[in-house]
Amino acid sequence: MPRYSALALIRHAFGAHHQWAPLWRSPTPKPSYDVVVVGGGGHGLATAYYLAKNHGVSNVAVLEKGWLGGGNSGRNTQVTRSNYFYPVSTRFFDHSLRLYENLGRELNFNVMLSQRGVLNVACSTHELEMMRRWANAIYLNGVDAETLTPAEIQRRIPRINLNGRHPIVGGFIQPRAGISRHDAVNWAFARACDSLGVDIIQGCHVQGFTRSASRITGVQTNQGTIHAGKVALVAAGHSSELARLVGLRLPLTSMTLQAMVTEPIKPILDTVLVSPSVHVYVSQSDRGELVIGGGADVYHSYMQRGSLATLEATIAALVELFPSFSRLRVMRQWGGTVDISPDTSPILGKTPIDNLYLSCGWGTGGYKAIPAGGDTLSYTIVHDTPHPLIRAFSLERFTRGALVDEGAAAGVAH
Amino acid sequence: MMQISCPLCGVRDETEFQYGGEAHLTRPALDVDDVQWADYLYFRNNLKGIHAERWCHALGCRLWFNALRNTATHEILTVYPAGAPRPIVSEALNELHGTEGAKR
Repeated sequence: MPRYSALALIRHAFGAHHQWAPLWRSPTPKPSYDVVVVGGGGHGLATAYYLAKNHGVSNVAVLEKGWLGGGNSGRNTQVTRSNYFYPVSTRFFDHSLRLYENLGRELNFNVMLSQRGVLNVACSTHELEMMRRWANAIYLNGVDAETLTPAEIQRRIPRINLNGRHPIVGGFIQPRAGISRHDAVNWAFARACDSLGVDIIQGCHVQGFTRSASRITGVQTNQGTIHAGKVALVAAGHSSELARLVGLRLPLTSMTLQAMVTEPIKPILDTVLVSPSVHVYVSQSDRGELVIGGGADVYHSYMQRGSLATLEATIAALVELFPSFSRLRVMRQWGGTVDISPDTSPILGKTPIDNLYLSCGWGTGGYKAIPAGGDTLSYTIVHDTPHPLIRAFSLERFTRGALVDEGAAAGVAH
Repeated sequence: MMQISCPLCGVRDETEFQYGGEAHLTRPALDVDDVQWADYLYFRNNLKGIHAERWCHALGCRLWFNALRNTATHEILTVYPAGAPRPIVSEALNELHGTEGAKR
């Protein structure tokens, strides 16, 4: 893999930048792979990358129905944080944040991680008390969190309106949280996968599986049948549809989550602001656009297009918090199909089928977990035993009743 | 914005309704094992396509009813009373689009 560096940039300038090699090949699928990963989003690519890098398993194919970055990995709002309530969640998501902190260096690709903090604000005394409990839990779990007074929030975010319809009475920040560039994360993992020998096959639609009594033997696609030693389903909103092909039902509901960006403006906001009670969050990208998200459209949908009502509620909440933003125009709005689990925690690990592994239930918060999801799932695939960080996130937790109810604990579902 | 036809109040915007998840789930007997109980509580078909589901006209008459809706297009084929059997999809499509529509 040709390394990216300032020197390479200068060298390519002499060729008017026409000589840059493509980041990954577009191979035709081989008849057989040791591991087939279904789904070429961030989690699928990261799984293949860590399989090759940490475990030396490079005879791997990543099958993507559409194109890289076309699904949720290109539709999220790029937030990375580890401010969870339960120790199992914190350990997992903070492992992910630590991997993110070194990701640019490791993959030789600038993922533009900016640890500008995620600041949650409370709109009532009760909410503030719950938020302090939440912040203390994070702190006790060994992760950074600081509670803030309204004056401190105003000092950090001069434009915020503390005295709107829902006055802000306090909040807390996780300073190490932040944003990165999602396209760069996808491309960096794809480039690294490719250089380690992983085949990334785009436009490859999985239509069925061939199997013996207890194992999957191959994957039937529009590009032919591919034999597989092991198979990982990493398909976000379409996990249930894929699992149905092997006769597996999952505890998931697919819904639409919307996001939008405004026209670009000069730097105005240098943190990620979240208001759980009016349900809006906003950050400013390096291009100057305000990236805005809110709640999901709370009904089952595969449309990738949210309703106007949810969009309106999100924007109404935003302009109440930032009256000056009311003059901005929304440039783009989109939706992604997110797979919500009953406890809003991911489902990760083994399945009742011997050589089939699962990574789903990321719901509205999968982006932050990409490196840790790939790292732990690859370990699970190779050792055929769950990685210690994901034991609590197994599919069978629903049968045991051992839910990890972050949705209830942290007040807002991701 | 979807428009949903409440059996009592007629067509209203989706903002008046609350989604109630998959319809026709039957509570198992209390002595079933954990696998069956978990299946009832948490596991869902999560279909992409025509789905039988529950809706409540929460900001209207508060009636619970069922609908056949295509989760890939948001087209509502028909609404029917809670407790009634699931309508046959081809018949619902016929009623909505005529016989031509049903072939789509």
